[in-house]
Amino acid sequence: MTTAVMNTKDTAGETTVVEVSVGERWFTVCAYDALVPGRGVAALVDGRQIALYRDRTGAVHAVGNRDPFSGAHVISRGLLGSRDGVPVVLSPMYKQAFDLRTGACLDEEEAPDGTPAALPVWPVRTTNAPVGSAS
Amino acid sequence: MTETPKTPRNLVLVGHGMVGQRFLEAFAERGGCGPAGDWHVTVLAEEPRPAYDRVHLTSWFSGTTADELSMWDDEFGVQHGIDLRLGDPAEKIDRAARTVTARSGQVFPYDALVLATGSYPFVPPVPGHDAAGCFVYRTIEDLEAIRAAADNARIGAVVGGGLLGLEAAGALRAMGLDTHVVEFAPRLMALQVDEGGGAVLRDKIQELGVTVHTGAGTQTVETDADGAVRGMVLSNGATVDADLVVFSAGVRPRDQLARECGLPVGERGGIVVDASCRTEDPAVWAIGECALACDGRVYGLVAPGYAMAETAATQITVAEGEFTGADLSTKLKLLGVDVASFGDAQGTTEGSLEVLYANSREGVYKKLVIGTDGALLGGVLVGDTDSYDLLRPLALNGAPLTAPPEQLVLPSSIGAAPGPIALPDEAVVCSCHNVTKGAIRSAVADQGCADVPAVKKCTRAGTGCGSCVKLLGTLVGEELAAQGVEVSRGLCEHFTHTRAEIYEIVRVKGITTFAQLIDEHGRSGTGAEGCEVCKPVVGSVLASLSPALGDAVSGHILDGEQAALQDTNDHFLANLQRNGSYSVVPRIPGGEVTPDGLITIGEIARDFGLYTKITGGQRIDMFGASVDQLPAIWKRLVDAGFESGHAYGKSLRTVKSCVGQTWCRYGVQDSVALAIELELRYRGLRAPHKLKSAVSGCARECAEAQSKDFGIIATSAGWNLYVGGNGGMTPRHADLLLVDADRDALLRTIDRFLMFYVRTADRLERTAPWIERMEGGLDHLRAVIVDDSLGICDELDELMSRHVDSYEDEWRATLEDPDRLSRFVSFVNAPGTPDPTIRFVPEREQIRPADPEAHDTSDASAQTFVAGPSLEVRTLV
Repeated sequence: MTTAVMNTKDTAGETTVVEVSVGERWFTVCAYDALVPGRGVAALVDGRQIALYRDRTGAVHAVGNRDPFSGAHVISRGLLGSRDGVPVVLSPMYKQAFDLRTGACLDEEEAPDGTPAALPVWPVRTTNAPVGSAS
Repeated sequence: MTETPKTPRNLVLVGHGMVGQRFLEAFAERGGCGPAGDWHVTVLAEEPRPAYDRVHLTSWFSGTTADELSMWDDEFGVQHGIDLRLGDPAEKIDRAARTVTARSGQVFPYDALVLATGSYPFVPPVPGHDAAGCFVYRTIEDLEAIRAAADNARIGAVVGGGLLGLEAAGALRAMGLDTHVVEFAPRLMALQVDEGGGAVLRDKIQELGVTVHTGAGTQTVETDADGAVRGMVLSNGATVDADLVVFSAGVRPRDQLARECGLPVGERGGIVVDASCRTEDPAVWAIGECALACDGRVYGLVAPGYAMAETAATQITVAEGEFTGADLSTKLKLLGVDVASFGDAQGTTEGSLEVLYANSREGVYKKLVIGTDGALLGGVLVGDTDSYDLLRPLALNGAPLTAPPEQLVLPSSIGAAPGPIALPDEAVVCSCHNVTKGAIRSAVADQGCADVPAVKKCTRAGTGCGSCVKLLGTLVGEELAAQGVEVSRGLCEHFTHTRAEIYEIVRVKGITTFAQLIDEHGRSGTGAEGCEVCKPVVGSVLASLSPALGDAVSGHILDGEQAALQDTNDHFLANLQRNGSYSVVPRIPGGEVTPDGLITIGEIARDFGLYTKITGGQRIDMFGASVDQLPAIWKRLVDAGFESGHAYGKSLRTVKSCVGQTWCRYGVQDSVALAIELELRYRGLRAPHKLKSAVSGCARECAEAQSKDFGIIATSAGWNLYVGGNGGMTPRHADLLLVDADRDALLRTIDRFLMFYVRTADRLERTAPWIERMEGGLDHLRAVIVDDSLGICDELDELMSRHVDSYEDEWRATLEDPDRLSRFVSFVNAPGTPDPTIRFVPEREQIRPADPEAHDTSDASAQTFVAGPSLEVRTLV
């Protein structure tokens, strides 16, 4: 679901942007350079809150921003990490780890409200676009 | 005693002190009372409160509450059907009728009677001994009276230079009184230490400002016209001015009840008992300080009392067990001076030899008494009692020493350090509960105890006086290692190093980025991501060392790669709350704030609709800010002269203070000025965990400095520095490191303490466990940062001075940098749009987060709103 992007070089007159697919449409979210490696941002896409990250290898990930354990929309503020080789994001609230590839929580199966503890995962890609097209 | 009758029998326990309580526990453990037991137990107690820890009574003066000293648990009483009657002492025993009459007039029949009446303080019958201002030192009520009197006293005198007398002197000294100790014997602690040890002890005590008079008795207590104490005349003709006198001249067994009902008592007091702790009357037992044991001694220590309690409990339930004598070893810390004695301390065994090490310059005295067969019989240690834990069990065991005895007394810095000396399995490690090394090994090996708390629970070792806990830790560690349990010290799956090792790598190699560190020193090679454990640790180490590493690493924690290492609180320079909003805490050094400052904070909170609350650290916390609002809030604060309070960081939080000498009629120094100076000096210092501090202006300790990582208490001569305290889940009182220090010495020592901590502590390890883990503990710490034993003090001083010089306010620096500011938006593609799911409801005229469930329903209730009732909209340019 997530797409690894290694090439970040600007070509003449263009900048690399990050796009997320929600409801079979691709939305341009931000410039690739707006993402600090190892850190996330939140985006409002089609009324949904999405957390976007760029990891140390340059790959981009997109998961839901709502933390199932606290109900707060804070996942984008968590740290990226790896656990037993699995790329994860750590919720900043109570520090559970979520697999960035599948959204599954590695620490607990259920959230306190009884729903499965998992984040939705969104397809994400980077493309070159004319300067200024990314907001 | 072997047949169980159908109807419950009655046991009456007279006295509810430590030994009485231990008897109840032992009796309950053996099934004597409780659901399965066939005894009904009544306890007649004289004091108004249940049993408490009299051994640590003095800690009441340093803030331990009566509740904390209490050893009684109501649930225990209910579970075991124990009828505890406080303030209703036994007044008469009728042995023929087998009844006890209490002061209330109630009569209690008994089948078994246990006397645990303890002892009373001996007050020499000199003229004036009962004047106003004369006290004894036995109960919490005594201490309350002493403290009340100390408020109006300048000079205090203690009659008796024994163990308890010196404790009382320490308490008077800590309350700011000029203190004298008067001892009849030619040396202090005559029972425990020998002449040489007494001399060293005397020097050390005098160094602390206590005047010692030995070989002098009290002839009269002088009083003024109102009948209040004003001094004493000693038998050597000297006079001592004093407004307060504490008698601590020994205790006498309370055997009056037994005498009156015709039970035999010893010539010098004490109810005569046999090896099963039974008196001449087979239905009556006596235990603890009121009893004259079968070896002809009256024991005044708690361990023998406990052993007698166990003996009596076992005798009454199963008719076995004996008490034939006990270990009189003692180890204690008096006014910061370590003193210990064990076994045959005075060398009274025939043919015994002495091995002695004395160093009056260092104030260390150690003597071992060796038997003709080469076994260790006993010893005296003053000034350095580190080896006590090992020596005491060796002496009790009686086996010939396997190492030359001089190796056991020489300091490790001279010649070869003593190698590990194996304790035999039979050696008693915990003498309070008689637990051997073998039992501890078995708890680890056979019963699966994996750490000290588990072993304590399983064996009770270390739960009495606590002096064996350190040895217990070593033994548990050794046994775990022997079992092949590998205790991994690495930080996480990405680093095999500890935090201290990472600090050294970064410092020595001049590493400036996380990427470089994990690529070159990580476990999994180039390109690894790291995790929530190692990233913040490295972020903190880089921040701590940034002044030393120079320009190559930015000091601001939001710069470049460092930004990706911080936990969310550090990342946003604010504290994340449960609904995703943040709280903001401006620094209010020492808790001092102007009316204008208060008004500014109030206005900002009102304008941004924030919930405000006073924190425990004498500051104001403003809750409910969204990410977008943070820079605007900081701008208002910074413009008004406030700065970040680092409430979000693993760094100095607050230096709390009382109002001090400037206003308070008891204060002896300006605690507010010092607190402000300390807070400004150490603000922003990144550490392995948060750091808290406080300064109290007098010994009344209103700022609670002893519960802080470093706390300072004013004395009339300067400042006392305490380190390693904390509140929280496992509260711990801080240890005294410096006495009467001036400002410069104080700052220098705190500088070094903090930098040594930053350098060597583990991840998320506060100063208390750091010191406890340190080999050599507080003494080692003192050697390193006061005596510079490692030769690193120049370096520590230099690091701190660079920190102080390079400090900048993180809020202001963020406001001045558009790059840093750009991340303070809720949505990267919709700046200016706040997170619509953060909602509040009103409560007590302020806001609080709405329940998260409300977020998921499409129509939030009419009561929820996205900010406070009024909201000022401001944009930052």
